[in-house]
Amino acid sequence: MIYQIPFIAVALLVLIGLYAVVFKRNLIKIVIGITLIESGVNLFLITLGFREGSIAPIYHGTEEATRSLPVPQALTLTSIVIGVAVLALMLSFIVYIYRHYNTLDVRKIVGGDEE
Amino acid sequence: MAMRNSAAIIFFVIVAIFIILGLLSIHPFGDTSDINTSMDDHIIQNTQKETGADNGVTAVVFDYRGFDTLGEATVLFTAVAGVILVFRRLNK
Amino acid sequence: MSGMSKIVKTISATILPFITIYGLYIIAHGHLTPGGGFQGGAIVASGFAMIVVAFGSIWTMEKIKEKHLSIIESLGAIGFIGLAFFGLLFGAKMFFANFLVKQDVIPFFNQIGQGLSNINTAGLLPLMNLAVGLKVIAGLFAIVLVMAYATSKIKEGTAK
Repeated sequence: MIYQIPFIAVALLVLIGLYAVVFKRNLIKIVIGITLIESGVNLFLITLGFREGSIAPIYHGTEEATRSLPVPQALTLTSIVIGVAVLALMLSFIVYIYRHYNTLDVRKIVGGDEE
Repeated sequence: MAMRNSAAIIFFVIVAIFIILGLLSIHPFGDTSDINTSMDDHIIQNTQKETGADNGVTAVVFDYRGFDTLGEATVLFTAVAGVILVFRRLNK
Repeated sequence: MSGMSKIVKTISATILPFITIYGLYIIAHGHLTPGGGFQGGAIVASGFAMIVVAFGSIWTMEKIKEKHLSIIESLGAIGFIGLAFFGLLFGAKMFFANFLVKQDVIPFFNQIGQGLSNINTAGLLPLMNLAVGLKVIAGLFAIVLVMAYATSKIKEGTAK
C-alpha cells in the first residue's frame, strides 16, 4: 500500500480539483481546480511509464534495462505546454468577464437563481 | 438551489467512485509487465542508431512524433494570438 | 505597476544574464541532456517575467512591444515547419524526415551522440530545438507582458 503513493497522489489531485470545479463559485478557484486536475493527469501519465529502478532515458552511461519508457514522458511534455496555453487563455477570458460583469461569481454571471 | 447542490454532490460522488475503483484495479507502481511496451522497447533500443540523439525524450518529441509537436506549437501560437486579441480589445 | 525598489531592480538585472545563458544552454543541449526547447524556453521566459515584475510592465512595454515578440514567435514557427518541409526534399522524402543523419554528403553530422560535448549529432534535432525554444521564449514572454500591462491599467483606473 505504501508503495502506491503516486497513484494515491493522482487520486487526491484529481478529486481535489474536481471538488473545486464542481462546488466553488469563484472563477479563479475553478481555474485552479482545472489546473489541479491537469497536474493529476500529468502525474498519472508519468507514473504509468515508470519501470522498477529505472531512470531517465539518457543513453550515455546507462544500461538498457534501466531506462524508463520515453513516449509517456514526451506526451506529458506536450500536455504541459498545452496546459500553459489553456491556462493563459482562461485567465485572459476571466479578466474580460470581470471587466464586463464586475464580478467573478458564476451564479451572478449566469443570471437568475437569486438566493 | 438545494436541488443544484444535491445534483453536484451526486455527480462528484459518482466520479470519485469511478476514479478510485479504476485506480484500485491498476497494476502496482513500477511493474510494467501487463503493458504492451514493444513500441517503447523499439525506441529505447534504436534511438541512437536511428536519430543519433542521446536523449530519448527529445528524439521522441521531435523525430518519432513530430506531428504531435507541430500541433502543440499550433496550440501555443493560437493561445498567444488569443491573449493578445483579448487584451487589445480590452485596452481600447 | 511602476516597478519595485532599487535593490530588486539591481539584483534582477544582475541575475538575468545568468538565467538567459542557462536557458540557452538547456536549449542547445536538448538532444544530449535532460531538457529541450520547451524547458529552456520556459526558463528564459521566466527570467524575462522577473524583469517585468521588477521594473514594471509599462517600462518593459516601452522597451519591447508585443508586436515584435509576435514576429519572433512567428519566425520560430516558420523555422520549425520549414525544417519539417525540408524533409520532403532530401533523405527519406517524408514530412519530418531527419535528413541530416545517415547521409553521405556531410559526414560531420553523421556521428552518434555520446555525452555532453558533441553537439553536432542528431541531425535536425538541435535546429528544431532552437526554433521551438525561440517560439516558446517569445510566446510566454508576450503572454506575461500583455497580461501585466492590461491589468496594470485596470489598477490605475485609467481605463473604463
